Amino acid sequence: MVSEVLKPDLAEPGRVQEKAPPDRKPEPTGRATFKIWRGDATRGELVAYTTHVSEGMVVLDAIHQIQAEQANDLAVRWNCKAGKCGSCSAEVNGMPKLMCMTRLSDLDLTKPVTVEPMRAFPPLRDLVTDVSWNFEVKRSIAPFTPRPPDAPDGTWRMAQSDVDRVQEFRKCIECYLCQDVCHVLRDHQMHDRFIGPRFLVYAAALEMHPLDVADRVPALKEKHGIGYCNITKCCTAVCPENITITDNAIIPLKERVVDEYFDPIGRLVKIFSRKSVR
Amino acid sequence: MAQYDTLDHDVLIIGAGGAGLRAAIEAASMGARVGVVCKSLLGKAHTVMAEGGVAAAMANVDDRDNWRVHFADTMRGGQYLNNWRMAELHAKEAPARVRELEAWGALFDRTPDGRILQRNFGGHRYPRLAHVGDRTGLEMIRTLQDHGIHRGLDVYMECTVVRLLKDGDRVAGAFGYDRERGRFRLWRAKAVVLATGGIGKSFRITSNSWEYTGDGHALAYDAGAELVDMEFVQFHPTGMVWPPSVRGLLVTEGVRGEGGILLNREGRRFMFDDIPENYRAQTADNEEEGWRYVIGDKTARRPPELLTRDHVARSIVREVREGRGSPHGGVFLDIAWIKRRLPNAPEHIRKKLPSMYHQFKELADIDITAQPMEVGPTTHYMMGGVRVDGDSQMSTVPGLFAAGEVAAGLHGANRLGGNSLSDLLVFGKRAGEFAARFAQERPAVRVDEREADAAIHEALAPFERPSNGAHGPYQIQDELQDFMQDLVGIVRNEADMRRALERIDRLRGEASRVAVSGHREYNPGWHTALDLRCMLIVSEAITRAALERKESRGAQFREDFPEKDPEYARFNIVVRKGSDGRMELDRRPIPALPAELAAVIEEMK
Ligand SMILES: Cc1cc2nc3c(=O)[nH]c(=O)nc-3n(C[C@H](O)[C@H](O)[C@H](O)COP(=O)(O)OP(=O)(O)OC[C@H]3O[C@@H](n4cnc5c(N)ncnc54)[C@H](O)[C@@H]3O)c2cc1C
Ligand code: SF4
Ligand code: SF4
Ligand code: FES
Repeated sequence: MVSEVLKPDLAEPGRVQEKAPPDRKPEPTGRATFKIWRGDATRGELVAYTTHVSEGMVVLDAIHQIQAEQANDLAVRWNCKAGKCGSCSAEVNGMPKLMCMTRLSDLDLTKPVTVEPMRAFPPLRDLVTDVSWNFEVKRSIAPFTPRPPDAPDGTWRMAQSDVDRVQEFRKCIECYLCQDVCHVLRDHQMHDRFIGPRFLVYAAALEMHPLDVADRVPALKEKHGIGYCNITKCCTAVCPENITITDNAIIPLKERVVDEYFDPIGRLVKIFSRKSVR
Repeated sequence: MAQYDTLDHDVLIIGAGGAGLRAAIEAASMGARVGVVCKSLLGKAHTVMAEGGVAAAMANVDDRDNWRVHFADTMRGGQYLNNWRMAELHAKEAPARVRELEAWGALFDRTPDGRILQRNFGGHRYPRLAHVGDRTGLEMIRTLQDHGIHRGLDVYMECTVVRLLKDGDRVAGAFGYDRERGRFRLWRAKAVVLATGGIGKSFRITSNSWEYTGDGHALAYDAGAELVDMEFVQFHPTGMVWPPSVRGLLVTEGVRGEGGILLNREGRRFMFDDIPENYRAQTADNEEEGWRYVIGDKTARRPPELLTRDHVARSIVREVREGRGSPHGGVFLDIAWIKRRLPNAPEHIRKKLPSMYHQFKELADIDITAQPMEVGPTTHYMMGGVRVDGDSQMSTVPGLFAAGEVAAGLHGANRLGGNSLSDLLVFGKRAGEFAARFAQERPAVRVDEREADAAIHEALAPFERPSNGAHGPYQIQDELQDFMQDLVGIVRNEADMRRALERIDRLRGEASRVAVSGHREYNPGWHTALDLRCMLIVSEAITRAALERKESRGAQFREDFPEKDPEYARFNIVVRKGSDGRMELDRRPIPALPAELAAVIEEMK
């Protein structure tokens, strides 16, 4: 049967080209130069590689091409190639980016494209950095602690509107680009006193989880150093998942800290109402 | 000889996707000292990419659903080659495993009355997939990861296991290297759980990442375990086809679950043209009914876009081969059309399919709320794998367990969407439990240091060989992917597969001479060189099993034997390493279904 749906619109200039043999590798359409940081924990430098460019390519494709053809030992992390795993973080022309989601067509290819590792973390090899600190930080945050189940079968009831807010935070793919760009970590290296935007988002997701009953506010104020954040919003600007890190996560957490420490009675009322109303 | 560290555990889990993490949590809860090894950072395993949802007959949306329907759907989808015990346990236990995730902090989308929402998916009779938009895998792996890190697991990130160690017949641990520095490690363990995922990297067009080189399949094979159903590779019908750099990237079946339709270049909704006999009674025969199904009308039958993946993929291949494909060799998938039925369709699409919206917008300049997508089949999932006992998940090697995509049985000849994430939970838990129990009951193991020395020697050999220019590790990998795609892909025949076997043989020779340069720190060239062995074993097993099955069934389509042959419904094909080191095949009869399960299937027909 012919669908009621109109014939798909095929006349899209620029996209539908001459019919390439579908399964074969694309024909190159030009060349570009990439200056890639090569080095280890002790030293490194930018090394220039020129490679061919074809339609739709992203920075990670160029890196892989260079790796396959010119520098087999070029170190890079990646997994999904679709912006879902948060592995391929780097600084492209100085901007924190997921390499798999950065189209070459959005860059000026008349000049060399620089690709460097995230600078807020110790370099390991080439584009790979030591991000182990992030895993330690996460463990220091009190885990999810649910209230008793709502129904006799051990399940809970939550309205979609109650989970929407937390679902935004749970989109986080742990790419650590926000950590990379936050001046408290990047410039001031306060990794021992400040957990960084990623983990403020994580703490917010737990604190605002409709079922959670643990209190993370004292830790946020003391060992997690939420006070060091001065709301520059650089983290929000780079988040590839478009999480409104500062406005939706950090500021509400800061308000909780203020309430608890400077308005203890008000906080008690809030805790009481938050945790028993449902 | 190079040095290595030795680490001791009761249970070693290889893999930190859904299956590995669920197994680790279970084993640790039973008091076992658990180690978890994975090739990437924690939380980056393939499971993170799963989109559509996790199948469990919770009946939150349609109260007619229950384990018996789910069981029958899974068996029908698998063309009755499934390990029926696994299909039974899976259908019965999945709901509890999903609810448990909620108790650990997962936040699924909700029904109006506040329970876990479930969506339609191919081959499932009722809306059954619990989901979070189209990022269900992220929710699942993050929940398991965040729960797991407080359970006292020792996690070895960015380490690759290259061989399993044995103590007599028993497994005794694993040997591998850390990717960051290239140092060697020996993990001694009384029980080992393989949870290494799939094999998609043996094909050129795939939704799978670099990790999917079939390591677990090859490790098990080398350790003497049996593999089964290796001919069944799932080609997902909808991968991206344009631009070239994203070719193969998955377009979730959720698009069709939300009303997306497939069109050829003439605008014809070709899925209505050929509806298989055994699904006819359940499939809508007109567009109106299909749409009513999508919006939850319980009297309506599924639209044909939601037929099983093998069938949809072949229908697309047919359209393309007969010249009715889209400009880049696929067909059109259109979700934008629902604006004719829903007032706020663009918003609805962005809410229900946010990462698809994002993926097409960012990578292909397509707005899926306004334009159709171009899609074509992509290598997606491995039904075949380690043959395990349905209850305990133990392989034919004592102490060696397998769970998740690396294990076989649940899905038979074709997996239903959403049945993998539930597989990971149900059988991850079981594998962890039985591995911990096995470890508790058995004495300590001894490992033979010479095995470690041999493994080191083999691993370092590529550095010592003279470079042979054009044939580096990447070139060999490319060549393998190219011919596996062309010769052992969606449409197979005897002559092509014979050629594939010859080429596998030749490439094995080249792989054994491959040279790499540079250092041992995070050197992907070296890692790729070591992966080749696994990829070649897996490719050979797929090809041999596919040759042996002279019929078309589920994911296997042979143009020289295009029909189903009832004779072949009676056995699974088992692959193992013979005593002479060559690959051996065996036809293993499928045990008869118990009367009770047979009755369920009959009733659901
Ligand atoms: C894009 C995409 C979308 C999908 N969507 C869905 C869906 O909606 N619903 C569904 O049910 N299924 C879906 N699937 C399938 C499902 O996601 C996978 O089958 C499943 O996640 C596999 O889980 P696993 O735990 O078996 O393996 P994985 O999650 O892949 O984990 C494998 C682990 O093993 C490790 N490993 C591998 N080899 C070694 C080695 N040699 N040494 C050490 N560690 C090793 C890896 O590092 C990794 O940690 C999808 C798959 C893809 C690719
Ligand atoms: S808003 Fe706060 S957390 Fe974000 S970058 Fe600025 S200082 Fe860092
Ligand atoms: S909050 Fe955003 S930028 Fe930060 S780690 Fe998560 S996804 Fe990345
Ligand atoms: S590779 Fe997964 S986000 Fe880039």
